[in-house]
Amino acid sequence: MRDQLLKIKKEASEDIKKASNAMELDNVRVKYLGKKGSLTAILRGMGSLSSEERPVIGKLANEIRSEIEGLINDALESVKEREKHEKLKSEVIDISMPGRIKERGARHPLTIVLDEIKEIFTGMGFLVVEGPEVELDYYNFEAMNIPKNHPARDVQDTFYINDEVLLRTQTSPMQARYMEKNKPPIRIIVPGRVYRSDTPDASHSPVFTQIEGLVVDDGITMGNLKGTLDIFARKLFGEDTKTKFRPHHFNFTEPSAELDVSCSVCKGVGCSVCKGTGWVEILGCGMVHPKVLEFCNIDHRRYSGFAFGVGLERVAMIKYGINDIRLFYENDIRFLNQF
Amino acid sequence: MLVPLKWLNEYVKIDDIDPQEFADRMTMSGSKVEEVIETGKEIENVVTGRIVKIEKHPNAEKLVVCQMDVGSETIQIITGADNVREGQIVPVALHGSKLPGGVKIKRGKLRGLESNGMLCSAAELGLGEYVPNAAAGIYILPEDTKVGVDIKDVLNLGNAVIDFEITSNRPDCLSMIGMAREASVTFNRPLSIPEIHVKENGQDVNDFIDVEIKAKDLCTRYGVRIVRNVKIEESPDWMKERLKDAGVRPINNIVDITNYVMLEYGQPLHAFDYDKISGKKIIVRRAKDGENLKTLDGKDRKLDNSMLVIADPEKPLVVAGVMGGEDSEVTEKSSNILFETANFNGTSVRLTSKKLGFRTEASSRFEKGIDPNIALDALNRAAELVVELKAGEVVSGVVDNYDNELRPWTVDISPDRINRFLGTDIPKDKMVSILESLKIDVVDKDKDVMKAVIPTFRADIELEEDIAEEIARIYGYNNIESTRIKGEALEGGLNREQKIEGIARDILTGSGLYETITYSIVSPDDFDKINIPKNSALRNTITILNPLGRDLSIMRTTLIPSMLEVIARNYSKKIESAGFFELGRVYWPLDDKISKLPEEKNMLVIGMYGDCDFYDIKGCIELLLQSLGIRKYEFKRESDNATFHPGKTAKLEVKRKNIGIVGEIHPDIIERFDIPKHVYICELDFDEIVSLSELDKHFKPLPKYPSIERDMALLVDRNIMASEIEDIIREKGGNLIESIKLFDVYEGKQIPEGKKSIAYSIIYRSDCRTLKDDEVNKVHDSIIKSVESNLGAQLRL
Repeated sequence: MRDQLLKIKKEASEDIKKASNAMELDNVRVKYLGKKGSLTAILRGMGSLSSEERPVIGKLANEIRSEIEGLINDALESVKEREKHEKLKSEVIDISMPGRIKERGARHPLTIVLDEIKEIFTGMGFLVVEGPEVELDYYNFEAMNIPKNHPARDVQDTFYINDEVLLRTQTSPMQARYMEKNKPPIRIIVPGRVYRSDTPDASHSPVFTQIEGLVVDDGITMGNLKGTLDIFARKLFGEDTKTKFRPHHFNFTEPSAELDVSCSVCKGVGCSVCKGTGWVEILGCGMVHPKVLEFCNIDHRRYSGFAFGVGLERVAMIKYGINDIRLFYENDIRFLNQF
Repeated sequence: MLVPLKWLNEYVKIDDIDPQEFADRMTMSGSKVEEVIETGKEIENVVTGRIVKIEKHPNAEKLVVCQMDVGSETIQIITGADNVREGQIVPVALHGSKLPGGVKIKRGKLRGLESNGMLCSAAELGLGEYVPNAAAGIYILPEDTKVGVDIKDVLNLGNAVIDFEITSNRPDCLSMIGMAREASVTFNRPLSIPEIHVKENGQDVNDFIDVEIKAKDLCTRYGVRIVRNVKIEESPDWMKERLKDAGVRPINNIVDITNYVMLEYGQPLHAFDYDKISGKKIIVRRAKDGENLKTLDGKDRKLDNSMLVIADPEKPLVVAGVMGGEDSEVTEKSSNILFETANFNGTSVRLTSKKLGFRTEASSRFEKGIDPNIALDALNRAAELVVELKAGEVVSGVVDNYDNELRPWTVDISPDRINRFLGTDIPKDKMVSILESLKIDVVDKDKDVMKAVIPTFRADIELEEDIAEEIARIYGYNNIESTRIKGEALEGGLNREQKIEGIARDILTGSGLYETITYSIVSPDDFDKINIPKNSALRNTITILNPLGRDLSIMRTTLIPSMLEVIARNYSKKIESAGFFELGRVYWPLDDKISKLPEEKNMLVIGMYGDCDFYDIKGCIELLLQSLGIRKYEFKRESDNATFHPGKTAKLEVKRKNIGIVGEIHPDIIERFDIPKHVYICELDFDEIVSLSELDKHFKPLPKYPSIERDMALLVDRNIMASEIEDIIREKGGNLIESIKLFDVYEGKQIPEGKKSIAYSIIYRSDCRTLKDDEVNKVHDSIIKSVESNLGAQLRL
């Protein structure tokens, strides 16, 4: 009997090895362990054994039974694993087919750059204020220390509505409007549209955007002007940006300067954006002219300040390497969706 | 302002400095350089050549074949010019040469014969502005010109010229001497202005001319010299070269002298034909209204009482400071000359030149302001040059009417204040030496507050801040340390409106729309194009007096035409489907006499076409309103707006206020803009949206009790609106209704003609108990009964 059991064990394990799917394994189970199975038959015949043999054979038979069961289960497990594998294998899709992209929409590039600039200055405690585009001659020119018939008016060809009213040529009139109503400390930026009578071409637009900045407080220095605009330039164009302040002239600032930054496109080596110089001019600035403070009833002996004006289109053109200002106003979606 | 460095070197030694370095350092000390020019830089391999022989081209009537001696060899060149003769010396562009404008000359065949280069006109050498009739034929050089020499040597090209941008506060820099002063300070080198010596003939100027200034308010100074026995001829080469390099065309010795002195000193001079002045008298007076004068350009000018003229007792001769008269012009026949130096009121000159509609070099200089104290130096310098050029004999003495001499003024300066203002620590001595180098004397040097004595050519310096700038620019802006602003921390940040704008942009771009920015100046024709009624308030606009053209002549009162143009542009580029929005201002004139300014309102326009319909744009608006916390709003049918399709348009109301319109563009308008058939536009009052928006959020506990969902499909007349059904559902369902969702609308097969099927899913929930089926069924049934009886609906099973 013992030999029979060992034979069954051997045969069963061979059968299990041969079985290739769940059904065949089930057949093996029935063949050996089922009601009519060979092992079951042996267990049934135990009665004929002596009382000494019965426990020994019984133990062996049970061991073999559980061994076979174990083998069948293991085999079933690996068959299932294999079948799962095959199923997964058959479910392959073409991952190279295009994804379904929802139309993304986008802010206008000028808004994107303006938002960045707002973030830089609000982070330094500036408020963002806005003012009228249809403006009084007084605020646009006179309060900015550009009296009637001053040659500086020729530089800015102005659209007039009537003798007293014009389309502002700069965001600077908001300096005066704000200082009339607010006392120092003042820290504001003023983004907005401005107008000049320029025929549209690759670098001119009769409508464009400026951002004015104004700081007035006790003890504001030209060093502060440089420090603040250094931070602005580095945050907007990258930490490695260098700045160069060149003397210039504006009627409403004294001393006045223009700010050049190292070209962010070529990193100062020279390219078409910087016309090979490695530098690009981005803004005009200076210390607020004492006459402007006086116009706004701010005591210039007690307070000083600085102001600057950035051309948004110019900054965006430099930042993105755009070569034609008209693209901003044409709104071709193939332009807009690049930002 | 073009400054030839060779010329400048006469006053300050700079010829050892590389022109680019010179330019860079001048820029950093305040004289901004536009360009460093090398004259004739683009010309390469062009030499002088003698025409040895000219023959007709056998195959072309208009061409000739020239044998050219170019020094090293004789070459054949074919030309079409008809002014060439044997023996002439002309510029020859050899094979492989380069000309201005990137032109390259190569050997080639012309009608079968070899041509080894090109004979050049003056225009082709870039001299178009300086040589009369430069483009008319080959440039014929003087007979004694050497053959086979680089043309740049012959024409004195290859000079360094710096183009400076002179700002309006520094008219003194519009002169060689002014720039020499700047260069002397920048490079710390001595300035030497040659002294003027005039050799006079001994006759008395007062015997020749009498000057009377009648309009002293418009003429501060008027000086005159007389030159006799003038010989009008070409100026010497050195003078022509300098004038050309400075961008001025040489004409004849007398005109060239006035231009030369103007460039050197910054003082415009005028030369009269003395014999054309009646009565030996010059009168400086206002013109009479209606008086006429034929100016140098041959045009008759009508003058008026606001203009200043230089006249003789009979007639006006010159529009003062603007342009000379044809009658008293210096010509080849002139034998006696009167030189005028004057200081005219800048504003008057500016207004006069504006009224007459032209500007001259002289008028633009007077406008900017000229130091009256240089007038006499300039006049004497001109007289000196007359003698030097052997152009005539100078009568002794000057007539100089100058009543109120301008004297230097002082400005109080405190080195301490200046340092505090600049954020620097510049020693007092250094400040003083900078100022002295700028010819600004400093007195009271031992006091805390010193006095700066401002030379009269620096009219721009009035205040301590002006002095601070002078010190800062010479000290070097880049030597001022960058520092952070000190002082109290400020709140900063965006205000409510700016934040809401940001959210709106997030929502709209998130909906797949692209933001546009368009011109706010538009055409008055836009109103007709979008069917705006003739009496509409929108046609009341802010109008530009001096527009660039009709298309850009009014401030917009609606954003719709701009949006339609954006759509048209994209559609024309074969973009099949797209959506856009713009947040921009419109400008509504107010009758407000006090502010005089219009109301500038913020509007939002959305436009879409292609793969979309009315409900897409409506959905965009709803999403926007909901995101801004505006939960109660109503779309009402609008069939009377001529811009829109009468059946596919709604106005938007919030709290009974009309805040905008949305719909499909009227078919009439499609053709006028070349836009696709179905375009959806909405225009909303964004200022209203901002004021209505509610950004504060309050947490509502999540529902504790389960909901029950019931569907309902109804067959109704086609013209029943969803809102009518929804009103009944809300009315009957009361606060048990959590949400209503329209999930299907269907017309067509299986639905009778004139009817539609409309299906809702309704979610019932109570926030205080678990609802029972019975209870919900009762409510749901009452809803059905009500829609049946009120709207004639039938429940579909």
